[in-house]
Amino acid sequence: MSLKLTTRQVGDVTVMDAVGKITLGEGSSVFRDASRELLASGHKKILVNLGEVNYIDSSGIGELVSAFTTVSNQDGQLKLLSLTKRVQDLLQITKLYTVFEVHDDEANAIRSFS
Amino acid sequence: MQKSGEDLQPIHLSLTSDLQSVDQAEESVMSRAESVGFDEDARLDLGLAVREAMVNAVVHGNKYSTEKKVKLVIQNSVDNLRVTIVDEGVGFEMKAVPDPLDTQNLMKTSGRGLLMMQTYVDELSVRKAAGGGTEVIMVKYLA
Repeated sequence: MSLKLTTRQVGDVTVMDAVGKITLGEGSSVFRDASRELLASGHKKILVNLGEVNYIDSSGIGELVSAFTTVSNQDGQLKLLSLTKRVQDLLQITKLYTVFEVHDDEANAIRSFS
Repeated sequence: MQKSGEDLQPIHLSLTSDLQSVDQAEESVMSRAESVGFDEDARLDLGLAVREAMVNAVVHGNKYSTEKKVKLVIQNSVDNLRVTIVDEGVGFEMKAVPDPLDTQNLMKTSGRGLLMMQTYVDELSVRKAAGGGTEVIMVKYLA
């Protein structure tokens, strides 16, 4: 299954619910397009829910990093929610756990946005 | 019925240099891994490692050339699965690849493929192929 993304608004935070794989090709371009559209429409507080994503390749990791950098450069915030064990491990392996703010609980994550 | 690695013939594929081949290689390896008894986690590890090697072969090695192929060989022995991927590019030096864990590279959007291959298989060999290009050999052992 490739990537399906839906967005919803919780207060001033946009939650992106991702389901499937973020890999080179369709999956990574779906994520890239969605995050760019959110920024273009002024959404700068983005919570990416990866609870249904078990498979991310290096290209997918690159898209997450790119989105994080772009949002940060526009004085926004991008945080991650509900990582699966495999994605947690991947962030540890790549040392990106030190970069991304990761939450397990959505309500707490929403509150954490300033 | 599950077969032991010894009962299965090697798979030899000559793949075109496009992203469909990346998916095909990944599926072929994961399917063979299931046949010889790798659990789901190990199959996903293998699939990701193969995906990374295939992307390197298609994108960086063969540069999507319609005239170049990627050779994929999947072999079993009793306790492991061995995958060989060979492209027809100009090859590269491992030493020239920047360390993706170096602080100055942490926020780069690419360059983590080799790290992921090293992580997800038990043995990894990357070298110049006899006829040019790059040969990647990955081995994963049954737990």
